[in-house]
Amino acid sequence: MFVDTVIEDKSLHKPAFLLGLSIAVLAFFFAFNLTDTIFGEFLSPVIGNPKESGFFGRLVVSFVLSIIFVLNLLLISFARLKIQILIVWIELFFLFLAFAYSFDLELAYIFIGEPSKLWLMISKGLFTTIYISAVSIAIATAIAIVGAIAKLSNNGFAYAIASFYTSLFRGLPLLLQIYLIYMGLPQLGFMIDAIPSGIAALSLCYGAYMTEIFRAGIQSIPKGQWEASRALGFKFGLILRKIILPQSIPIIVPPTGNQFIAMLKDSSLVSVLGIWELMFMAKKIGSKDFNNLEMLLTAAMIYWALTIILEMIQARIERKYQQKA
Amino acid sequence: MNAKTKIENPVISLDGVSKWYGDFQALKDINLEINLKEKIVICGPSGSGKSTLIRCLNRLEAHQEGQIHVSGVELHETMKDVDIVRRDIGMVFQNFNLFPHLTVLENCMAGPNWVRGIDKKEAEKRAVAMLEQVKIPEQADKYPDQLSGGQQQRVAIARSLCMEPKVMLFDEPTSALDPEMVSEVLDTMVELATSGMTMICVTHEMGFARQVADRIIFMADGEIVEQNTPDEFFNNPKSDRTKTFLDQILI
Repeated sequence: MFVDTVIEDKSLHKPAFLLGLSIAVLAFFFAFNLTDTIFGEFLSPVIGNPKESGFFGRLVVSFVLSIIFVLNLLLISFARLKIQILIVWIELFFLFLAFAYSFDLELAYIFIGEPSKLWLMISKGLFTTIYISAVSIAIATAIAIVGAIAKLSNNGFAYAIASFYTSLFRGLPLLLQIYLIYMGLPQLGFMIDAIPSGIAALSLCYGAYMTEIFRAGIQSIPKGQWEASRALGFKFGLILRKIILPQSIPIIVPPTGNQFIAMLKDSSLVSVLGIWELMFMAKKIGSKDFNNLEMLLTAAMIYWALTIILEMIQARIERKYQQKA
Repeated sequence: MNAKTKIENPVISLDGVSKWYGDFQALKDINLEINLKEKIVICGPSGSGKSTLIRCLNRLEAHQEGQIHVSGVELHETMKDVDIVRRDIGMVFQNFNLFPHLTVLENCMAGPNWVRGIDKKEAEKRAVAMLEQVKIPEQADKYPDQLSGGQQQRVAIARSLCMEPKVMLFDEPTSALDPEMVSEVLDTMVELATSGMTMICVTHEMGFARQVADRIIFMADGEIVEQNTPDEFFNNPKSDRTKTFLDQILI
């Protein structure tokens, strides 16, 4: 992106804006009566018993909160860009933790047991999730290459089959596809296990999306590349393999990375088949002791961490291709 | 067509060739024979069909009527291997169309190595020789986007020459270049002409036409209006359209 060389005044450093913001924030906090919360307790030396503090207590709590909030913004605004980003990330993360903490959870629950439930989730659930996603993305990629070529070809059969396929599998909810494959194929006489049918559903669904990504990537290569290749006497397959695909990879990689990340999370849908992946285990283990939320949050954190790792890998791959291009 | 030279054994011949884009007729009943080692310059106003004409010669475009023969092989849609004819015809494009993900050397090696089945060492030797011929051997390991337009176009010429073509087609090779780079490409083309290559060039570079062309073909509205030797063409144009065109282009 183009970053303008002209630096505009930060609106946060304009008194009028700052004042307006403070009033708005104050009004916001005042609108919710926060005297009952942990903030009221903290301020009890000033406002006395939070429950009886009334209008005064409400005002003091919201005033203190807005001062902290605006001061925080102001201080961050003086930091360098990278520091700013880091601080805001950390603050948001702690807010999220506070949110989770407010559920009144029994966090120790995930660490007890032999082996501990966390370890079970990671060793079995996470492994299965990654396994299913990785196999599915590999198959989906293969489907996408074939599908994209078919969609670009002049062959009526190939085009019709490919476009019917993408239309169908992009048109049905993934959950429905999972059920259809798992319960439909046995009707045709194919007995299929839960994991293979989960992988099949994910591959087919994401293969359809990725077919479109690959098709667009191939089509974005200028016509002149085909012409120059044709003029040299290259055949279709050779042109695709050596000239077109290598050039479309930098275009295809970012959206494919997104698809992979999306698939990783959508793999939680195969839990309906009773596959012991993260989501299924979180539900199974948690419901036994009525500690659902603890296990669901654990699964959430694992998914999130995994996604962050994948995003970092994706950024790295993108950088590599950008340097080359 | 009074100056049509007597042609013994044409390397390319067009017989009543017509082409349409939808309702628009881009080529109208073109008859043309081109001899081995001949240098032809095709000129004419934009939209006159000159690019379409040379793109038909290696069947990047399909003609709908008439026949085109290249080295005695007729080009038509059911011909099994257009590729074999294409390998014998080099083409240089207005926008170079180098392969950006390959180095200059790899661009030049690709054709011989991938389709002629020449081993890498030999292909590299040939590529280096051709890059020397177009006077940029020192750029061999760079990528196309690291070169100037003129250098890229010379690489494109070298890439075609590596296939050892019988005929070279040039489709406005200098039109996309900055003015100061035109001459380096034209010099390369003049040198190629001197070496005896059969060349068909669509270009507006009249100095080049005067210097190397055996025949200049003037096209307008999909037809060959006039063809003649450079001397006759410039000094004694026959048709009014040619005169108007020359007035506009030579100022």
